[in-house]
Amino acid sequence: MTDISQNGSTPRKHGETLMKLTARTKRRNAAERRFQAYGIAAIAAGLLMLAILVVNIVGNGYGAFTQTFVTLDVTLDAAKLDKKGQRNLDDIKKVSTFGYAPLIQKAIEAKVAALGVKTDLKPKDMAALLSKGAPAQLRDYVLEHPDAIGKTLSFRFLANSRVDGYLKGRVTRHSIENDKNISVPQLDLTDQLVKAGVIEKTFNSEFILGSDASDQRPEAAGIGTSMLGSLFMMLVVLALSLPIGVAASIFLEEFAPKAWWTDVIEVNISNLAAVPSIVFGILGLAVFINYMNQPMSAPLVGGLVLTLMTLPTIIISTRAALKAVPPSIRDAALGVGASKMQAVFHHVLPLAAPGILTGTIIGLAQALGETAPLLLIGMVGFIASNPPDSLAAGLMEPNSAMPAQIYEWAKRADPAFYERAWGGIIILLVFLVTMNTLAVILRRRFERRW
Amino acid sequence: MYDIATTEKTVEQQVTKISARDVQVYYGESHAIKDVNVDIEDKTVTAFIGPSGCGKSTFLRCLNRMNDTIDICKVKGEILLDGENIYDPKVDPVQLRAKVGMVFQKPNPFPKSIYDNIAYGPRIHGLARNKAELDEIVEKSLRRGAIWNEVKDRLDAPGTGLSGGQQQRLCIARAIATEPEVLLMDEPCSALDPIATAQVEELIDELRQNYSVVIVTHSMQQAARVSQKTAFFHLGNLVEFGETGQIFTNPEDPRTESYITGRIG
Repeated sequence: MTDISQNGSTPRKHGETLMKLTARTKRRNAAERRFQAYGIAAIAAGLLMLAILVVNIVGNGYGAFTQTFVTLDVTLDAAKLDKKGQRNLDDIKKVSTFGYAPLIQKAIEAKVAALGVKTDLKPKDMAALLSKGAPAQLRDYVLEHPDAIGKTLSFRFLANSRVDGYLKGRVTRHSIENDKNISVPQLDLTDQLVKAGVIEKTFNSEFILGSDASDQRPEAAGIGTSMLGSLFMMLVVLALSLPIGVAASIFLEEFAPKAWWTDVIEVNISNLAAVPSIVFGILGLAVFINYMNQPMSAPLVGGLVLTLMTLPTIIISTRAALKAVPPSIRDAALGVGASKMQAVFHHVLPLAAPGILTGTIIGLAQALGETAPLLLIGMVGFIASNPPDSLAAGLMEPNSAMPAQIYEWAKRADPAFYERAWGGIIILLVFLVTMNTLAVILRRRFERRW
Repeated sequence: MYDIATTEKTVEQQVTKISARDVQVYYGESHAIKDVNVDIEDKTVTAFIGPSGCGKSTFLRCLNRMNDTIDICKVKGEILLDGENIYDPKVDPVQLRAKVGMVFQKPNPFPKSIYDNIAYGPRIHGLARNKAELDEIVEKSLRRGAIWNEVKDRLDAPGTGLSGGQQQRLCIARAIATEPEVLLMDEPCSALDPIATAQVEELIDELRQNYSVVIVTHSMQQAARVSQKTAFFHLGNLVEFGETGQIFTNPEDPRTESYITGRIG
């Protein structure tokens, strides 16, 4: 017991002062300070990266949330839109969007003239400041309100993406030298109209709520429909992976005997968690689409694939949560004569629930941001249609998902789509951060200590 | 008349509640309990003493089949409760544990209200037909657990918020709420301070009137204080079993004497 002191192996000599540090102590203290400095440097580097990332994303994506609009008074000329004058919807439908384009040209010409702006542009070139979707917007309105024919109404049209880019600083007079879509006189006119308040940049709710648009009209593209696609996928993932994952974990953790086959299952689950997601994608393609003949691009299939991916995460975190419940609680329940299942469902599971929920939310957040498997099952479709109107449609009809939509936009040539991709990333990140925060709050709130 | 009454009393005191015959327990390869034969009497406190790892807790846990939850644990031999072998395949451990209650080393109340802690057992065994009956059982159990006066005003408070000694008495009250016939206690005072220990010991003495109590303890003084019968375990063997007074004053086996006098253990 007292060997050490008897042998006198202490480095400090008797009678030495405590007021002076020995060389050995100094070295140890220096090593400790160095280690702390490394740690602080590592954290600082991490924070710096995060700050750069956030600044970059917000800086690039902010523009997608505002959009340039042109407000014009358009006369819905009855002679052009409804020649028979009977307001018969079938007759009105015969007029295609080409029939509406002149009305817009006339409207902008009148506006320019009224403002007294001098320009050499033809009305057709003036109308090119508007989105190519403007006539369609007008036609949709007229088909919905046939009574409006013959009246002059004020409309708010999307501006062309070049005009929008000009107001956002993306397009300059210098950068459009080789651009056939817009010319310097058109930009001059834009300046004048901005001054007059005809063209203005405002918040763009269509980006958050709307659906994708064609290559020609980046100004109209929105992420809303693919958000719905993601939502339906997450519903499938939640509905399948939570019950399956929790049931599997409870069985493995509480009921299964310790045998070679449970070890095999355990090792496989850990391995599955590390399998690249694209492998799940090709599995989904082979099994769900090719073999089971489920529809391509459907959120149902996407959800099934993501379920496969999320299950290991949920099983692992659920098992950890179950393991964290002290055995004394199980003993207590069994000791008063509860059956094993009663002990699990009355006592263990409620105590493990916060951990299970946290794991599930994190698993869902992972699934929400997953892109690779969706590429393989075709969930990168161009979906410009209206949002699904029922649960069945939402699950079975082709759709895209948020990360796939972002990938799709980033792929397109027009720089205006590039901005939208960044904007989409902001929305996706908001969802992910919200989910993860929720997980942290749940964990803090319901964490128990024994 | 008087003679007959005396005779009856003597007979009643000698009713055997649990009798173990040639009990062997294996943990995988290791042989934890060897050839244990013991008769535990009704309305008596029986203490199991012995050094750490001697198998006394293992044997205690055999008496209500808590060892079933350990995969590698195998029990051989017979343990008869009122003449019925509790390891018979027809016996469901859940029913057995309602008859043989258990109190653990560390107080382990459920993280629920005091009321729910007590009411859980009666609820799952269907002992109460309505809320009033359940209230009655809860009050009776808490009174018998000698904790009613301390918690009667806060039955909705969490059981985990009580002090260690109160928690252990709550656990005892929880164990007796299911109306068991035998109460097993696995070192119930090892996590408690001397005052709480004294309270629990007093309680054990009262419980003797209604139950057969088996208590595992490391403290020989405690065994001497609370028990009428004592069993000394050593390396998985039941070395000596007899009247507590005799074990502590005049042990037959030299190993018992060595342990009691502090030379082994």
